[in-house]
Amino acid sequence: MSLLEVQGLSIRFGQRRVVDGVSFRIEAGEKLALVGESGSGKTVTALSTLRLLDAARLEGSIRFAGREVLAMSPAELQELRGNDIAVIFQEPMTALNPVMTVGVQIMEAIRLHRPMSRAEARGQAIAALRSVGVTEPERRVDNYPHQLSGGQRQRAMIAMALACEPKLLIADEPTTALDVSIRHQILDLLDTLRKERNLAVMMITHDLNLVRRFADRVAVMERGVLVEQGTTLEIMQNPQHAYTRKLIDSRAVRDVAEPGQGKLLAGSEVRVIYPVPRPGFRGWFSKAQFTAVQGATFELAPGETLGVIGESGSGKTSLALALLDLVSASGEILLDGQRWNGLGAGRKRELRRLVQVVFQDPFSSLSPRLTIEQIVGEGLEIHAPALSPKERRDRVIQALDDVGMIEEEGAEAVLSRYPHEFSGGQRQRIAIARALIVSPKVVVLDEPTSSLDVTIQKQVLQLLAQLQRRHGLAYVLVTHDIDVIRAMAHRVMVMKDGQVVEAGAVDQVLLHPESSYTKELMLA
Amino acid sequence: MTSQGPWRRAWRRFRANRLGYRSLLVFAVLFVLSLGAELISNDKPLVVHYQGHWYFPVVETLPETTFGGDFPTPTDYLDPFVHEQLAKPGNFALFPINHYHHSTINYFATASDPAPPSAQNWLGTDDRGRDVLARAIYGFRLSVLFALAVTIVCALLGVIYGALQGFFAGWTDLYMERFVEIWGSMPELYMLIIFSALFAPSVGLLVTLISAFSWLGIAAYVRAEFLKNRTLDYVRAARALGQRNRVIIFRHILPNALTPVITLIPFEMAAAIGALTSLDFLGLGVPPGTPSLGELLQQAKGNLDAWWLATVGVGVLVVMLVLLILVGDALRDALDPRKEIAEEKP
Repeated sequence: MSLLEVQGLSIRFGQRRVVDGVSFRIEAGEKLALVGESGSGKTVTALSTLRLLDAARLEGSIRFAGREVLAMSPAELQELRGNDIAVIFQEPMTALNPVMTVGVQIMEAIRLHRPMSRAEARGQAIAALRSVGVTEPERRVDNYPHQLSGGQRQRAMIAMALACEPKLLIADEPTTALDVSIRHQILDLLDTLRKERNLAVMMITHDLNLVRRFADRVAVMERGVLVEQGTTLEIMQNPQHAYTRKLIDSRAVRDVAEPGQGKLLAGSEVRVIYPVPRPGFRGWFSKAQFTAVQGATFELAPGETLGVIGESGSGKTSLALALLDLVSASGEILLDGQRWNGLGAGRKRELRRLVQVVFQDPFSSLSPRLTIEQIVGEGLEIHAPALSPKERRDRVIQALDDVGMIEEEGAEAVLSRYPHEFSGGQRQRIAIARALIVSPKVVVLDEPTSSLDVTIQKQVLQLLAQLQRRHGLAYVLVTHDIDVIRAMAHRVMVMKDGQVVEAGAVDQVLLHPESSYTKELMLA
Repeated sequence: MTSQGPWRRAWRRFRANRLGYRSLLVFAVLFVLSLGAELISNDKPLVVHYQGHWYFPVVETLPETTFGGDFPTPTDYLDPFVHEQLAKPGNFALFPINHYHHSTINYFATASDPAPPSAQNWLGTDDRGRDVLARAIYGFRLSVLFALAVTIVCALLGVIYGALQGFFAGWTDLYMERFVEIWGSMPELYMLIIFSALFAPSVGLLVTLISAFSWLGIAAYVRAEFLKNRTLDYVRAARALGQRNRVIIFRHILPNALTPVITLIPFEMAAAIGALTSLDFLGLGVPPGTPSLGELLQQAKGNLDAWWLATVGVGVLVVMLVLLILVGDALRDALDPRKEIAEEKP
């Protein structure tokens, strides 16, 4: 008898069927990865095994240790949740209650299923924190979630989930919200705990690197249907279904042209300093300073890509904003030999044409109440005001064609529509078209692919490489993803806590990293 | 595939809410009808045919001598004598549905004032002999026009103030916020009492005073929306293009910041009507003689045995406010950002 056996599970929300006839099983102590892109129904499927979704209508059969979950009474369900099956979520900051200490939350989970005194429960909570590798558990037990780092929070979440010694742990993208260097620590922890307690783990993820590292078996979902399952080795080496192959092939291939000569963009000792409020009464009169970027020096030739890699808080985005002159920076940024930061407003507006930007989240980077024509055409309004409406429209169509939007949908269909009618990948292309329409020389790419699905990521990177070749663009590519750097960058700059820890040609840095921090990044 | 902008989709969601949409229709019809109150409830006939001549008493003042009277004073069409003259063969008069203007005092009425509902005065008369139905119709119109004026002034002031505050943030925001706090802590009611003692009461003065104190809420919402939106990537992208602040404010952020303003409008109107009514009730409001629901309620308080006064006053207010609240509820649902997101998912 399997620990969990799902047979012909279908899930509907109202009229919409999001999961259709899914069957799989998990044995005790097994690691199953449920893989798919956003909207494939993987999270819904996993949460349904606990019947956590109130609005969902479930059909089929879910058996946990031989007992039918779909036939359970609310009391039985409560017994099942936490005690037999536990869940950890992607974002530990929102999954933990911010106004309760970590200890109280773990104690609550324990006492819900095992009646005991507060003191006993507290002892168990401390033991649980220790077992997941939280340092100084006696002190941390009285901390609030915001006092812990991201990795510590995820550990606390795991401690809470495992406090009642469940037999199955559902981990919904447990490492996505974490910095790369912490990811493998959490994976190792899950693996150790699994061995110690014969715990089965169902991992929901879109990250195949993670699957390779972690899972025994893989189940691949596409649009609510489970298209393929098998051992990790089988699936990775010999995928049967077309979609699985597409997923596995989605690792971007390096296909970039050699950079040109010359100095297009140069920064020397670029510093970004933010004022931050001082605590207490003094903060009324003076501000403290926070240095986000401490003296970055770099050069960029036409057609070259400078990859800036670092974790959240490393100052890489501040550097990008400084290059765009959206935050004030000290030091010198030369654009085509002209000093660019600290110019007068009129002169600066002309130069702005040369440096454009593509942001991470295509949902917030397009104004929701403007049509695509208005969004893409805005740059022309500013930098080529003499164009007639007809000419402007032609330029907009050309720019959208450049990013492959026109052949997909047709010009009329694209121009008059609003951003919400396009998918994430399409929106990102529209954002690229908006940047390119003013013929810039430098484009700052701030995590251009990290909010996209893996198969789309590859397409967008290919498009960017194509455009670079066609227009001789120089890219400043800001990312936390080493794969993206591998695929795109000519030169790399590794940032940590506002400082450049290592810089150089991409081969040199990636193959022979000098600093220990770069080595750590490469591991993840 | 036809493309619908966010406003169009919000309107479609609003229409899907039957209760709210019908409330809006009913309210609009009532308001449009009340705009033509002179043609519905008036003491002058719309058209008169008298001894071969056509007259339009609604728009012209005719002396009583026109209809064979003795004095060159304006004709009182409620006078039985005039009635007789107009009823003679060959003559003809088309009266509005209700034969009284809000200021009409029927000198020929037989019952003592306030008179209960009768065939002549369908909803009775108030303690000065004026027709209650006419007072209610004109009072409704005044209330709605007043509320519209206050709301428009507040929305303009609030949007501009909040937009400047939220967009420029920093010190600008700080100083403007301090001003709002000082302004908002002034005792509104006392200010109104003082001003109504200093100046001759008029509707214009009331609009100014009430607006001056009710734009703060809208400004707070708009400020918050601007503070949020100014850091979003689409605004950064516009800045990176070198777009001017003015265009960023009006084209990019404002349309996205208007949702709370539109949601607030019906509630703001309801609040303005409430404020006007209570001021009138206290005698601090519109000048004497103006048809106002608050004044009707005050009379009702003075004449508790005349049940029709309170019934009509309260009834009109309840209908008006309930309609507005239902419209506001539906608007709030239609503009709920969560629904917008839910719709965006294919």
